Amino acid sequence: MSEPHDHVHDHHDHAHPHRHPPRPDTDDTLGHFQVMEIAVRELLIAKGIITPAEIQGTIEAMDARGEALGAKIVARAWTDPAFKARLIADGTQAVHDFGIDMGTTRLFVVENTPSVHNVVVCTLCSCYPRMVLGMPPDWYKSRNYRSRTVHEPRVVLKEFGTIVPADKEVRVHDSTADMRYLVLPERPAGTEGWRAEQLAPLVSRDAMIGVALARTPA
Amino acid sequence: MTGRAAANASVPARFKPGDAVTVRRAYPPGHIRTPWYIRGHRGTVVHALGAFANPEELAYARPGLPAQPLYRVRFRQRDVWPDYAGNPADTLDVEIFQHWLEPAGRER
Repeated sequence: MSEPHDHVHDHHDHAHPHRHPPRPDTDDTLGHFQVMEIAVRELLIAKGIITPAEIQGTIEAMDARGEALGAKIVARAWTDPAFKARLIADGTQAVHDFGIDMGTTRLFVVENTPSVHNVVVCTLCSCYPRMVLGMPPDWYKSRNYRSRTVHEPRVVLKEFGTIVPADKEVRVHDSTADMRYLVLPERPAGTEGWRAEQLAPLVSRDAMIGVALARTPA
Repeated sequence: MTGRAAANASVPARFKPGDAVTVRRAYPPGHIRTPWYIRGHRGTVVHALGAFANPEELAYARPGLPAQPLYRVRFRQRDVWPDYAGNPADTLDVEIFQHWLEPAGRER
């Protein structure tokens, strides 16, 4: 698996040598929590409490959710002032329009304005608005992002290529309890008169976490 | 009976938006959702979010009742981090349960 990389690549096209030894797979050993997950899952199935089909169905539903959902919500808010007002007043209720059920959590929408830039982090774990953005990116769960975003948000934002003007307030939201945060980015200039379907592709996952801005039209 | 159940279901709210609060400086063991870095700091309540089952109890499979009022509390970054290098107006909003908050000014 992880052979040294200085051997002769007699079976390879030498135009594409690999320079780095491959990172060894780690899927041949299970950690404590992986073993516990398997044990609990098998017990729940053996006792008839849940079925393998239900587990598979839940995984598929989780995988099917993604940033496109959040982007549709943002694009609607940009084009429908009444919806935007409802979204900010009670995000949980407003996203019912899109068939989204926040489950046991609440959706809290924070709006970027000319004077405030919002960015979301969960310093304690990895709380993330999965119902509207899908699974969080790995960096969102990293110790680096979690510890530094509350302490030096402007430096972290700059690493994402987002430079917030010095006179604009940066507001960090530490998602520590029952709220799940979605950033409503500022609508880019040059999109006057655009319909929601045209605007949605300008809204990235990162813009809805607050580490980026909405894309400007080419 | 219903009234009593309702009264027991959640702790009455002590704070409202605009109130100055201080986060308790306490370090109990267990599943605590109040980040260490914010303990002891002074902020302002910006949203009263309603009452939620106490995660410190839920973590041990207890019902978490009576539910604790939850707030979004806003802190000035400069107050939290002495070396903060950004705009002095930069802020940090944290969700904090009522039993971790005290009216500001009442020093320990």
